[in-house]
Amino acid sequence: MSITKKKGYIVSVALAAFAATLLGSCTTVKEYQKNKLNDGEMTLGSRKIEKAENSFQSYREGASGANGGKTGGGCGCN
Amino acid sequence: MKKICLSVVGIFLTLFSAFAQPAAKDSSEYKSRKLTFEEANLVSSYYRQDGNNSAVTGGIGTEKLTDIASVIDVKLNKWDARNRKHSFDVEVGYDHYTSASSDKIDPRNISSASHVDSRLYPSVNWSMENQKKGSTIGAGVSFSNEFDYTSYGANVMFAQKTKNRNGEFTAKAAVFLDKVSLILPIELQPGYPNNVRGEDGERSKGDYGSSARNSYSGTLSYSQIVNQRLQVEFLMDVIYQTGFLGLPFHRVYFADNSLHVETLPDTRLKIPIGFRANYFLGDKFIIRTYYRYYHDDWGLSAHTINIETPYKITPFFSITPFFRYNTQTAIDYFAPYKVHTAADPFYSSNYDLSKFSSNFYGAGFRIAPPKGVFGIQRLNMLEVRYGHYTKTNGMKSDIISLNLKFK
Repeated sequence: MSITKKKGYIVSVALAAFAATLLGSCTTVKEYQKNKLNDGEMTLGSRKIEKAENSFQSYREGASGANGGKTGGGCGCN
Repeated sequence: MKKICLSVVGIFLTLFSAFAQPAAKDSSEYKSRKLTFEEANLVSSYYRQDGNNSAVTGGIGTEKLTDIASVIDVKLNKWDARNRKHSFDVEVGYDHYTSASSDKIDPRNISSASHVDSRLYPSVNWSMENQKKGSTIGAGVSFSNEFDYTSYGANVMFAQKTKNRNGEFTAKAAVFLDKVSLILPIELQPGYPNNVRGEDGERSKGDYGSSARNSYSGTLSYSQIVNQRLQVEFLMDVIYQTGFLGLPFHRVYFADNSLHVETLPDTRLKIPIGFRANYFLGDKFIIRTYYRYYHDDWGLSAHTINIETPYKITPFFSITPFFRYNTQTAIDYFAPYKVHTAADPFYSSNYDLSKFSSNFYGAGFRIAPPKGVFGIQRLNMLEVRYGHYTKTNGMKSDIISLNLKFK
């Protein structure tokens, strides 16, 4: 197994273990208890103002995706 | 007599019930059947960059570029007879950019591809949410066009909330069918140095051949409320690209001084995995975090972390410092100027695919007063954000963005 694949495997296992721990500690939150979660700054995912930032980063870097945005298409990228 | 009385009461009750109005429903349950405006966003940004590793000139030369981008996004919705919410998102984006390195594709013909160029990218998305079942389905189409590149996109999605409405699973599939105009560096165009041009001395899109580039992506995500202050999201994409995946005007100089066009494999499989966590600390601090691990079959791996800490000076005014760090390995086919040899099956001197680390940091502010920004009721929110970006290979850029939200 190459070093890169090994690192990827370790990251995946660590994420899965972290996810299992986190999801196991969830409590049910009622609608009326969501005032903090519903705050505009608490939105999961990229916000509108980050659109151009995400766009230039996906062209100036080799990695892209997993941020809820589009995953291909639409730029000759000079 | 008794029969007559019962008959009269019966007739009265029948008539009463026939003309009686149905019980009034709670007005809070009223949902508009008409298409109504929900919100509109105008996002404009100015971006500039500079560096000395342009892929157009084989990994050396200026990367100077400026881009002005504006996107208008309008969201409309309506409720159908079965109480399902239909949302329509119409977006139109326009970029205008200048690129110093693109002059070097054909220094004699700087108006085409593309000392100055523009990109237009409209899209329409529809979704239907069934609040009773907690499910949403959706679909969308997109288009993008610039001088040397055209893209048609389509997507479908499905989302399902958990029983307690604290978690949501989303699946999305998208396809982009793109066409790349084969604009070669001037020295490699047929007939050089006496290349034939159009009647007006310039070339049009039709003067060049083209090649396909198709992208297929599948996205799975799961978001979960952990408690009253914390929510998290897991994301994973699988992206498969096929076709012409380099750019035809990217030069590659071999060690023997010969000139070639960037040549890369005709398939690429990308797998990014992401995680987000947003936490409301006390009454004024929010901590937004993001991590992504990326790997593809060209040998590129990357780690990206992002942290933002919005601080609420008042409930309607906040400032947000942010920091992003990215580190990546090079693709297997990258080498700098005059390093590749004829023994290499694939070759590129594009420094965006080289090994480097990058930092992106800056700050923004957001105003969302209940009576509207500057007292304009319709102007619901104003946000401004500036960021400075540096790469370890010397490239640097700045971006400033403005978001106006109308409701």
